[in-house]
Amino acid sequence: MDGLLREYFPILVFIGIAVALAAVIVAASLVLARQRPDSEKLSPYECGFEPFADARSKFDVRFYLVAILFIIFDLEVAFLFPWAVSLGQIGLFGFWSMMVFLLVLTVGFIYEWKKGALEWE
Amino acid sequence: MAEFWTGYALPTVITVAQILAIVVPLLLAVAYYTYAERKVLAWAQLRKGPNVVGPFGLLQPIADAVKLLMKETVIPSGANRIVFVAAPMLTFVLALIAWAVIPFDVGLVLADINVGILYLFAISSLGVYGVIMAGWASNSKYAFLGALRSAAQMVSYEVSIGFVIVCVLLLAGSLNLTQIVVAQDRGWGFLGWNWLPLLPMFVVFLVSMLAETNRAPFDLPEGESELVAGFFVEYSSMSFALFFLGEYANMLLMSGMTAVLFLGGWLPPVDVAPFTWIPGPVWFALKIALVAFLFLWVRATFPRYRYDQLMRLGWKVFLPLSLFWLVLTAGVLVAMGWLPE
Repeated sequence: MDGLLREYFPILVFIGIAVALAAVIVAASLVLARQRPDSEKLSPYECGFEPFADARSKFDVRFYLVAILFIIFDLEVAFLFPWAVSLGQIGLFGFWSMMVFLLVLTVGFIYEWKKGALEWE
Repeated sequence: MAEFWTGYALPTVITVAQILAIVVPLLLAVAYYTYAERKVLAWAQLRKGPNVVGPFGLLQPIADAVKLLMKETVIPSGANRIVFVAAPMLTFVLALIAWAVIPFDVGLVLADINVGILYLFAISSLGVYGVIMAGWASNSKYAFLGALRSAAQMVSYEVSIGFVIVCVLLLAGSLNLTQIVVAQDRGWGFLGWNWLPLLPMFVVFLVSMLAETNRAPFDLPEGESELVAGFFVEYSSMSFALFFLGEYANMLLMSGMTAVLFLGGWLPPVDVAPFTWIPGPVWFALKIALVAFLFLWVRATFPRYRYDQLMRLGWKVFLPLSLFWLVLTAGVLVAMGWLPE
């Protein structure tokens, strides 16, 4: 086996073993334990109430907002990774380019802070 | 044919053996970590903890596993059956495969890929899918609310963890985990490890890892007094056990990441004779145990955060702080010419 395959092959095998292990564990309890379902047992847990509505209802838009902010900042982090390891080679020009990029993002961050996107009262 | 045997079959067999050498001790460690948690919490509250099953209650985790195995698997009638079953398996699988790139000593690593830290970051990011899938597929209000909270919390703190990792990368100049540990061997023993030059980031990482693994004081997704058990309220039997194993394996993984990124991995704390005789993996295990104990200590000590406090800490304190410290670190390294080439 050559280069890339030799490096990533163990990970591939690991994923296979982990999936197999998880499947065996779930299947083992299905086989070993006695299964006696009834309608009360299978209803969603709701502190003794009869569940009166579907759980997939409206939820707060702020969760969505957090997800959007996360995407922006996570992309930023992904962009910083190669910059951080190659900073020794790209020199001052590379350093200041990233500083300008971070500055732009910081302006955006301050804007959303002022707009109250980070408030959870 | 001979080429097939020596070129492919033999390496596969060796790889499988290596993987088992990681997975079996890992699962044992997870089992006894749950025991350690109950013992530590008990001692913190002046109780005895498990002490009936076997000597000092040492067989308790085994008994728990057998009991869970013999329980009925309840799949709620309103649930998406496939997603419902897949969610705990995904959590468990992700918690295991992240260990593929963790170096236990020089060269003692399953897959020595040159983007090791990126792989770890990606795998731990995927963890949120297990939570979301479980909460959605259960079709239960508590599970749904728990999953929403958990997802928002995990992604919030992941951003800070990303910036902290970038700070470490600046010092190490490599994405390879072995290189990151080797770069911490500055000849000053434990004073040369990354935790000291990056002390504020070390603290941010420790707190963020608690939030990332949904542990006290950030265990709002589970919040047993309000959400019963959060996203896995509908789970039973071994699918519950998989979530449980995944959570504790993730805690150990985060401890391992802390050891690699900040505590010098397998390096001995002092570079003189009696310490250097102890093999590297032992030091690594001791450091993991130290950080893992910290998880339990924090749980025994601090009350739970409120959700708005949690989000404020993540977005308004840790994010600006880690961003500032990243710029500062890069600036100092460039100005002083200390960058690794």
